[in-house]
Amino acid sequence: MEATPSLFVQILFAVCALVTVISAAVVVFSGRILHSAFALFFTFCGVAALYVFLFADFLAVTQVLIYVGGILILIIFGLLLTQRIMDLRFTDQSHQRIRSVLLAVVFAAVLIGVMAGTPWRIAYQPDTPTVEILGVSMLTQFLVPFEMASMLLLVALIGAVWLARVKRKFDE
Amino acid sequence: MNNLTIYLTIGVILFVLGLVAVLTSKNLVKILMGVELILNASGLNFIAFSRFVTGNLDGQLAALFIIVVAASEAAVALAIILNFYRQLRSIDVNLADSLRG
Repeated sequence: MEATPSLFVQILFAVCALVTVISAAVVVFSGRILHSAFALFFTFCGVAALYVFLFADFLAVTQVLIYVGGILILIIFGLLLTQRIMDLRFTDQSHQRIRSVLLAVVFAAVLIGVMAGTPWRIAYQPDTPTVEILGVSMLTQFLVPFEMASMLLLVALIGAVWLARVKRKFDE
Repeated sequence: MNNLTIYLTIGVILFVLGLVAVLTSKNLVKILMGVELILNASGLNFIAFSRFVTGNLDGQLAALFIIVVAASEAAVALAIILNFYRQLRSIDVNLADSLRG
């Protein structure tokens, strides 16, 4: 059974959770697309902090490295390459907002209802560093998915480069 | 209300916000951001289940593979968005209707 965390840890957790949720809301409802991209930074960092609270140390570092250092940079590159900064259309016009929010609220209610109605079988994972266990299981039990992931990354890399290249006349 | 419920609630909120972004936005890059939010929510759920329900690290491995898929998805999506912009000089999804009958 898990010991009750101290008050400081609880406050820290509440701050991380609030940062995650509020910045995610800013991502969705901000009118300016660049503000959304910067709010996404705080969401990713907040999720990484929640991973730390869940004793997933390796996953937290991976989250910061890949999401913040890779995917977010890629998204900002995508923004800046496809729209002129001074352009008025750089803001994001949204459509069918009321219907979508209504659908989302209903969906959230269903999910939370299912979550509250399920009797979860609680079994705590021991508080140990996870890197060694993850590494061993990636090369034994999960070897095939691990190799498939490397193939997927290679194919996606080559495919992305091929798709994004500037096409010359003799290619057509 | 135990700890698992708090994490799952945060996961639900992230997922629903991502869903709203995907449904409402006209901007391709913002739709990509919504997809990333959804993937983050599922990763958070996997890790919470891994800590509180299964008691082993299988959920963390699933979250790791989610991160791998998200990275490759973002790269390919960016390439497609760049091509879209070259063709139409805009990334408004409503312009992507050339296959409509």
